[in-house]
Amino acid sequence: MSLEYENDGGLHARLIEEVLSQYPDKSAKRRKKHLNVAKSGDEAGEESEVLSECEVKSNIKSIPGVMTIRGCAYAGSKGVVWGPVKDMVHISHGPVGCGQYSWSQRRNYYVGTTGIDTFVTMQFTSDFQEKDIVFGGDKKLERIIDEIEELFPLNKGMTVQSECPIGLIGDDTEAVSRNKAKEHEKTIVPVRCEGFRGVSQSLGHHIANDAIRDWVFEKKDIEFEAGPYDVNVVGDYNIGGDAWASRILLEEMGLRVVGNWSGDATLAEIERAPKAKLNLIHCYRSMNYICRHMEEKHGIAWMEYNFFGPSQTEASLRKIAKHFGPEIEAKAEVVIAKYRPLVDAVIAKYRPRLEGRTVMLYVGGLRPRHVVTAYEDLGMVIVGTGYEFGHNDDYQRTGHYVKKGTLIYDDVTGYELEKFIEGIRPDLVGSGIKEKYPVQKMGIPFRQMHSWDYSGPYHGYDGFAIFARDMDLAINNPVWNLYNAPWKKKTEPSAAIAAE
Amino acid sequence: MPQSAEKVLDHAPLFREPEYRQMLAEKRLNFECPHPDQIVADQGEFTKTWEYREKNLAREALVVNPAKACQPLGAVFAAAGFERTMSFVHGSQGCVAYYRSHLSRHFKEPASAVSSSMTEDAAVFGGLKNMVDGLANTYQLYDPKMIAVSTTCMAEVIGDDLHSFIENAKDEGSVPRDFDVPFAHTPAFVGSHVDGYDVAVKGILEHFWKGEERTEAEGTINIIPGFDGFCVGNNRELKRLLDLIGVSYTFIQDASDQFDTPSDGEYRMYDGGTKIEEVRKALNAEATLSLQRYNTRKTLEYCEGVGQATASFHYPLGVQATDDFLMEVSAISGKQIPEALRLERGRLVDAMADSQSWLHGKKYAIYGDPDFVYGMARFIMETGGEPTHCLATNGTSAWEAELKELLASSPFGKGAQVWAGKDLWALRSLLFTEPVDLLIGNSYGKYLERDTGTPLIRLTFPIFDRHHHHRFALMGYQGGLRVLTTILDKIFDKLDRETSETGVTDYSYDLTR
Repeated sequence: MSLEYENDGGLHARLIEEVLSQYPDKSAKRRKKHLNVAKSGDEAGEESEVLSECEVKSNIKSIPGVMTIRGCAYAGSKGVVWGPVKDMVHISHGPVGCGQYSWSQRRNYYVGTTGIDTFVTMQFTSDFQEKDIVFGGDKKLERIIDEIEELFPLNKGMTVQSECPIGLIGDDTEAVSRNKAKEHEKTIVPVRCEGFRGVSQSLGHHIANDAIRDWVFEKKDIEFEAGPYDVNVVGDYNIGGDAWASRILLEEMGLRVVGNWSGDATLAEIERAPKAKLNLIHCYRSMNYICRHMEEKHGIAWMEYNFFGPSQTEASLRKIAKHFGPEIEAKAEVVIAKYRPLVDAVIAKYRPRLEGRTVMLYVGGLRPRHVVTAYEDLGMVIVGTGYEFGHNDDYQRTGHYVKKGTLIYDDVTGYELEKFIEGIRPDLVGSGIKEKYPVQKMGIPFRQMHSWDYSGPYHGYDGFAIFARDMDLAINNPVWNLYNAPWKKKTEPSAAIAAE
Repeated sequence: MPQSAEKVLDHAPLFREPEYRQMLAEKRLNFECPHPDQIVADQGEFTKTWEYREKNLAREALVVNPAKACQPLGAVFAAAGFERTMSFVHGSQGCVAYYRSHLSRHFKEPASAVSSSMTEDAAVFGGLKNMVDGLANTYQLYDPKMIAVSTTCMAEVIGDDLHSFIENAKDEGSVPRDFDVPFAHTPAFVGSHVDGYDVAVKGILEHFWKGEERTEAEGTINIIPGFDGFCVGNNRELKRLLDLIGVSYTFIQDASDQFDTPSDGEYRMYDGGTKIEEVRKALNAEATLSLQRYNTRKTLEYCEGVGQATASFHYPLGVQATDDFLMEVSAISGKQIPEALRLERGRLVDAMADSQSWLHGKKYAIYGDPDFVYGMARFIMETGGEPTHCLATNGTSAWEAELKELLASSPFGKGAQVWAGKDLWALRSLLFTEPVDLLIGNSYGKYLERDTGTPLIRLTFPIFDRHHHHRFALMGYQGGLRVLTTILDKIFDKLDRETSETGVTDYSYDLTR
């Protein structure tokens, strides 16, 4: 938006050829479809110009043995969609591991008394043993629900997040949930998110969305006085407080955020969502399904927005305001004007330190495209991006963001990512915990762009200041200059480039 | 407006600013439908009672905040301790993403492993094709010397047979016939990560030792460290001790270099580890010593089966456990324990004597893997401390009995209780009803620290929220010194914090302690 540039498509095409040459033929043929260089966009989009075409094959099975970075349906449901709902107990139903590894790792911030009326940073598991596999786990699940009721009586409901074995041994978690919900007069939601379903986290999001539709909506009478400016924020998981840094802006412009899905959410916020006037969706990938449902069934419009970086935030505030008419539009302008000095000061401070620095991204959900402009607002250049579990519509939307020549990689393998980074030597890589340390070993600055590397929020104006600070402290830290022992002749010229 | 470019506030201070506090209060009031504050407060108080504790400990099915992980994590950790070995986990792919993340978050290091990425069709037809394609891809892309196969629970439930699958894959040319592909079945619904470690190491030994002739090399020792988040510090310290004694030894499984690669511009996917050749030769060792008995029960049984002498320890740290270990090594090798180590021992004892008044009578809750809890309880008693609660979610009845015997051997273990199979939500009740001075565990203990006010000392895997502790040894006399200092720091910091109110506690805020 703010930056004109084109990437070295020739180099990127060569890198693709090089990595493919290392695979067995069969796998090379399959991987080829997931790698591409963005071509120039020749058609104009409705709302913004299509900058490029980044078509690749996506949302298909990962190849065995290549070190995919993807997770599973359970991760998509328990880890992403349901886990942050704070006043419900989420049971990781099956063996102990899934719940253990995902325990407290997504930084879904919330306020509440943990263990008493709030349960997000806890690990509830049925800890399946061999006998549960052999004889089935339904009886155990019944008992677990009873024990939760006894020990955690202030829970507003429960979800049963199925792990792999549940679907394989033929347990009927739906029947157990239905019966126990009746007995305890609580919402109990079975979610069939066994890890082997689908090809990535993505199906887990979809299954979790469907579970909201089928097991939460229209199950009780909701007493709620709807207002003319009621909106739901959908697909913001409040990582490091993102949803709060967004909410403050929406409220300032006169909207009433009645539901926050699902960061810092309560069950009540989910139940009454269909009464809102508009669904604002941030992470399209993980929650578009329920927005489409609410549109069809309840007539609620939905709108994608982007609160990363001032350019997108401003454009989004205006777009949202337009939906509500002149009064809100005027207030939106007041909000934009209020924060402009902050934006100007942040850019004045950090842009000179970051100008022209190149960035490679590999993340999930919305971020492979949504954060692009935030970097460009700081004068930084996106040279490559890709999705862990994107679909075709994600790559279409990416064309609105990335420039010609950008390297595009879908479901990238550990090998490919390492080689791409080595070949491009960007000034910064934004990806996940599994990628962080290999990249830093190469002497390349890195930021985790799932957890905000334990920082955040990155959304909204308050978040942009933190984002800018974090990118600066990653790139301009003195440690990158210390990689070469002074008595050794430099054999790695690339490290020296990164260390400039 | 709280935010500014001059002083950027991130989440920790930002959300304490009045704008956000008010926003969150209004959100709660208007949209969250919370329980009334009094009800929340009452329930909070109720969870601190004996009555709640009884209900909590009587749980039969629900597990809350367990201190254990699943078998394949142990197998992936085990594989990381062998030369250029890639972990290949057969089953669903999400699991592998979890193991890698879990290990990386603790070690702050790369953690490599691949998955056979089985999905619904493989659940129906079996994962043979995934194994065949997967091994070929791994072999070609990642240039390993060995691929160590383990399983997720999905593959176990459908009953995939690793041995025949690997044979099939070799027949189809995925990897050369003579390429090493040891395997271990590691169902997540059996045991825990320590058992996964056990069967993975056993699988590797069987792979190399089966059918081989053993010619005993007298005085040589194999060391199996067990699943140890402090392997980086511990293994290096143990090697130093063994070198000082001058014994001929082989570490079987050593991830100390793999999880501590330098930053010099080169990413090493593989580093260090037990050499394949050494694993072969290790068959001839006179004895195999396990540093963690409950991590190696099957492996040691196998070692005995091939004719080796075996002995096992419980995470040897502190004075007497280190003595035992060194004397065992000395007895097998016939080498004397050198004077240098006697002096080292004396220095640890000296430090303990210097600080004994601060430690005597302190009460502890200790949780973690069975061997760690045992070893730590033993050391705590050496310092005059009382291990009031000893808890291992993956502790067995055999462990419970063994630990009780140890506790009974010292007056400092008199009031101690052993909690096998219990979780950290149970420990919460124990800490409220029978409080202690200090809690020893891992990062998950921070929630207990917050809820119960018991200071947490992070001394075992996983440690996510503090950096680099695992780079320092806990085992041996030197490790004991580190543990001692860490505990003392916690005690002194707390005392200083509690006496630092000017005008109120100017006394007690002593310069010398």
